Amino acid sequence: MVLEGSGAPVDDVAHIAALRAGEESSFRDLVMRYHAALVRLARVSMGSQAAAEEVASNTWRVVIRDIGGFDGRSSLKVWIFGIALNEVHAVHRRIAVPPERDGDRAAPAVHPDRFVLDGQRWAGHWCAPPVPWTGLPTEQLIGPETVAAVMSVIDELPARTREVIILRDVEDWTAAEVCALLEISEADHSALLYEGRSRVRARLEGLVDGQPWRT
Amino acid sequence: MEDVSCREVVELVTDFLEGTLAIDRRDVFERHIAMCTWCETYLYQMRHTLIVLGGLREADVPAPLVDSLALAFRAERERATG
Repeated sequence: MVLEGSGAPVDDVAHIAALRAGEESSFRDLVMRYHAALVRLARVSMGSQAAAEEVASNTWRVVIRDIGGFDGRSSLKVWIFGIALNEVHAVHRRIAVPPERDGDRAAPAVHPDRFVLDGQRWAGHWCAPPVPWTGLPTEQLIGPETVAAVMSVIDELPARTREVIILRDVEDWTAAEVCALLEISEADHSALLYEGRSRVRARLEGLVDGQPWRT
Repeated sequence: MEDVSCREVVELVTDFLEGTLAIDRRDVFERHIAMCTWCETYLYQMRHTLIVLGGLREADVPAPLVDSLALAFRAERERATG
């Protein structure tokens, strides 16, 4: 599958050349840029921070070893993260951890009880509308408690949904890059993004106004 | 003119923010948002959700870790170039 924008960007060329020439600063730059994201991506599937750190470190070893043979068919970034995902899968095979099962998809973005039932007047319109978050203290919207809650809801997402949310929304990858790494279609990407974002928003809403709305 | 319910609008928010809604759907979506404060609030909340998610990005990697990986990089180079 070739997606527009998933090919090697121009600055990759210089970066790859520098790595192959043994420029350490170039390698350090990559580690600083991607290490935290690699750990985050591996953390839940590996079950611990330490195991995720190991996956990330092993990824760098493979990068060092294989950069000479990297063909540039994907971007450098997608290649590196692909190595990390392979590491995760290899560990799972070795210790026979069953792959995480993805849950049922296509749950609605907002619980159906919050809309007027079909057949009634105003069917499909809000009966329990969202309450504006404007005017709330910043602390409540982006404070440590909020960050912890969002991290935990991300951890609870099915594996693929979690990967999409981490890459697209936390790490700010393009949709094309995410599709290229995870080998999913744009339609799948869109569905996973929808599911993940809806659940994160619902958690924030519960945190902000204490509503016991289910997702 | 086609109209949509709030229940349908919230299903379209992700694609709207991704810029992947077909033009006719986008028009319908935008018309609804312009008239419906509740859905406008929902859209605002989703934008805010994205800001919170983007805020989770970590920039700091411990220096000793970078050093030890850089050491491995150097060793491999020396090995490769003999």
